[in-house]
Amino acid sequence: MNSFGVVVASTVEVGLRSDQEIVKLRQIVRDEAIAQGFSLVDQTKFVTAASELARNTLLYGGGGDATLNVLLNGTRKGLRLTFVDKGQGIPDIERALQDGFTSGSGLGLGLGGARRLCDEFEIQSEPGKGTTVSITKWKLR
Amino acid sequence: MDRIPILRMGDCLIVAIQVDMHDRLAIALQDDLTARIVKDKAKGVLIDISALDIVDSFIGRMISNTAAMATVLDAQTVVVGMQPSVAITLVELGLTLTGVRTALDVERGMALLKQRQR
Repeated sequence: MNSFGVVVASTVEVGLRSDQEIVKLRQIVRDEAIAQGFSLVDQTKFVTAASELARNTLLYGGGGDATLNVLLNGTRKGLRLTFVDKGQGIPDIERALQDGFTSGSGLGLGLGGARRLCDEFEIQSEPGKGTTVSITKWKLR
Repeated sequence: MDRIPILRMGDCLIVAIQVDMHDRLAIALQDDLTARIVKDKAKGVLIDISALDIVDSFIGRMISNTAAMATVLDAQTVVVGMQPSVAITLVELGLTLTGVRTALDVERGMALLKQRQR
């Protein structure tokens, strides 16, 4: 993934320590997606992906932080959302990305689903140290 | 804690979700609905989600589970008013709400419940 020429135009940080804060994050992401002129379907996809990952951060990461960036690449606009937690980490990322796999009580759709709903998806995790997940959606021109 | 109101009309229960639900609120609604099905001897449950601008896997699971629980309690569930962008996102997310009956609006949803009770 080539990030050459990508400029971060703005940054908002949101703490994720309760399910109320997941709702707050959804609203912030929705407002920014509207402000950047994303289509309704793309807004909905990105907000849904944000909600899935925020819940993972809360449930499996023991809480953490989300950072929302507005990206500019020439005339192209995008939104990037990065989730950071210092939880137990994911021992097998490939397995965690498979639909239906969960170490908790959910449906196991969160990670794989969030990846499908966005244009770019990156995940780094170290067992015992934490997980960082980043999703990006570019506005269609 | 906030609660989502459940209305009764004849032998149907009607819920209109008008707020962006946090997870505990969704679980509370599921508990309240199943309790009310038994208390009111309801035969149908109509859930209007037209005001929801996202349904993620958690809320989707709540809807599926509620429908399954209602079936076990001898009541039918219809989910109405899903926005097209929500439908597109749900399917791409991998959630198809198998076993959940849907209708485009409240009127069609009520008609479906009435028809199935005969």
